[in-house]
Amino acid sequence: MFGKPSRTGRTLQYVALTGYLIFLGFPLVWLLSTAFKPPRELVQLHPTLIPSNPTVQNFVQAFTEQQLGRAALNSLQVSLASAVLTVLVALPASYALARFRTKLGTVALGWVLLSQLFPFVLLIIPIFLILRQVGLANTHAGLVLIYVVWALPFALWMLQGFVRNIPRELEEAASVDGASRLQVLRRVVFPLLAPGIVATALFSFISAWNEFFFALVLVKTPELATLPVALARFVGIEGTARLGPLAAGSLLATLPSLIFFAVMQRRLSSGSLAGAVKG
Amino acid sequence: MLRSRFRRLAAAAAVAVVGLGALTACGDGGGEDETSSGPVKLRFLSLAWQKESLQANKDLVAKWNAEHPDIQVEYVQGDWNSIHDQLVTSFEGGDVADIVHYEASAIGEFSKQGYLADVSKLLSDDFKGQIDQGVWDTATFDDKVTGVPFLLESQVVIANKKLLDAAGIAVPPADGGWTWDEFQANAQKLTKPGQYGAAWALKSPTNRVLNLALNYDGKFFYSDGGKTEVKVGDAEKEVPKRIHDMIYTSKSASPEALGMSGADTLPGFFGGKYAMLPGSVSLRQQMVEQAPAGFEWVTLPPIKGLSTKQAANPQTLSIAEDSKHKKQAAQFLEWFLNPTNMAALAKGDWLVPTGKQANQELVKLTNGKQGWDVAADSAADLTVAPFQKADGYPEWKTKYATPALQQYFANKITLDQLGTQLVDGGKQVLR
Repeated sequence: MFGKPSRTGRTLQYVALTGYLIFLGFPLVWLLSTAFKPPRELVQLHPTLIPSNPTVQNFVQAFTEQQLGRAALNSLQVSLASAVLTVLVALPASYALARFRTKLGTVALGWVLLSQLFPFVLLIIPIFLILRQVGLANTHAGLVLIYVVWALPFALWMLQGFVRNIPRELEEAASVDGASRLQVLRRVVFPLLAPGIVATALFSFISAWNEFFFALVLVKTPELATLPVALARFVGIEGTARLGPLAAGSLLATLPSLIFFAVMQRRLSSGSLAGAVKG
Repeated sequence: MLRSRFRRLAAAAAVAVVGLGALTACGDGGGEDETSSGPVKLRFLSLAWQKESLQANKDLVAKWNAEHPDIQVEYVQGDWNSIHDQLVTSFEGGDVADIVHYEASAIGEFSKQGYLADVSKLLSDDFKGQIDQGVWDTATFDDKVTGVPFLLESQVVIANKKLLDAAGIAVPPADGGWTWDEFQANAQKLTKPGQYGAAWALKSPTNRVLNLALNYDGKFFYSDGGKTEVKVGDAEKEVPKRIHDMIYTSKSASPEALGMSGADTLPGFFGGKYAMLPGSVSLRQQMVEQAPAGFEWVTLPPIKGLSTKQAANPQTLSIAEDSKHKKQAAQFLEWFLNPTNMAALAKGDWLVPTGKQANQELVKLTNGKQGWDVAADSAADLTVAPFQKADGYPEWKTKYATPALQQYFANKITLDQLGTQLVDGGKQVLR
């Protein structure tokens, strides 16, 4: 239907793509540059991209002053647990919502959407009081619980879309071959849902990894603080900040997300369904 | 293949569940201090963030803990940007730190809601006598003193020494600053192509203008018979008018700096684009840390109008009303803010200590260098301003004053229109 793009068209496509990549990558490159700059180079009238006198002092300060290593470990624990638990809860629930179309399901989906309308600030005090009552305030478990609940509505919406994309015929074929419903789920549906599961896990992981406000308010003990809370301590009054250590810490904070994404992203491709119900 | 994938998924799930079980152990379990028979435990929520200040705070807490095994203080670090939300939640949820670091203009709201203890009955007269009554007044609400003011921030002028010398301008002594007329005239002398005499960082103009307005006795908030209203007369207009004149009439102040914070002006200052930076005394810290090698800077005393008075908004330490150990918290505060310690804290933050003896110790400790002589002298000019006690000030500032001042300094509205907008805003907020 569409002809082969001309040489000019192809060149323009590459120019646009390169421009977009620079647009996306520049903040990260600037962060990298700032993290290695000594204090004097941070206030140059004509800043340079490559530090003239690169230093690792910002990293040393970030780690020694704010226990960023411990905070990163806390964030990793909380984010991984949130991601896995969100998937565990969302997986069967989304299957039920997608396959068993009842009025209750419609109401449930509506409620899920509605729940997203409540702002953090409105909920934080009741949540804090409830967690305190059940002994989960100031614990990572309490934080994970909140993150799972917070991520679930979107995870449900996302996963049920993936479930709908799996042809019913595949399940029916498996049933005809004698598979029980559990076997159908285990051997047919869940494996085909892998890209959806990965997307959901990524979403939950990154939301938990970056979350600040709940972590700030619900966790009081310094040793339990997560990375965003630790990083905020480099910001001072009225927007002033200790840019060097902040950039160094922020750079480290982006790495796990990048690695997690790099490892998981190839699973996002949904090619396994290609040709599944042909012929 | 599918089977092994499913097994991996199941294994990951099992690990997560076991992990969550382990995570529940990561916490204090909400245990209450008063039920244990060990030492009294106090939580101290601090907002120190500068490297030196952070170290000074941590060192002092460690020293206290070593010397007082029966009262142990846990140092918890907060941050200035989220402290308000954090405190609101903690107060409402009944789980606030015993000692809370904040600032005088912000604790009024918590004080009026009964969340902060009256420290006047908990502290000794000796300790209270170290701080001027005018400074205590900034943390007094409905006759209750709910914060111990300990660090002050005055407005001074940081100048490029070489540019002053080149223009033949002498540095005034620490106790005799320039008048506004002299400051404006010198800014004019320092202005030439590619160089402005001054840079007024006015990203958040309201506090700055209201602080300096006291130079001409500009109060903005007037109370009569329990009713407070905003008035903008000649006294209130003087400082904004002079700044506006510098930007648009004499063109001796950079218009670029209008959208900048104090720290944003530093590259231009170090690059010789701006000769003088009117700003906080704490800017000196960035000078020491970030000025290029060989760059000479000086701290000039506060500018004088009818007086050198400025509004004081000291940082405070408060004791939570819900604290089970108010007496011990007060004991810690008296030690933590004794003259020597207060001087160390002020040095770490590059601010002015509220204690008279601490101020003297600090000048002795630093030999008055790096502007400490000027900083120490400026403490006498700091006093409580009416806006700090006005209930609707934060709302008036955000909704009306800041946008109106930004428009005025951007030359979009006239001085009279500015006055009208500020007064009308006051009527909306202070009804």
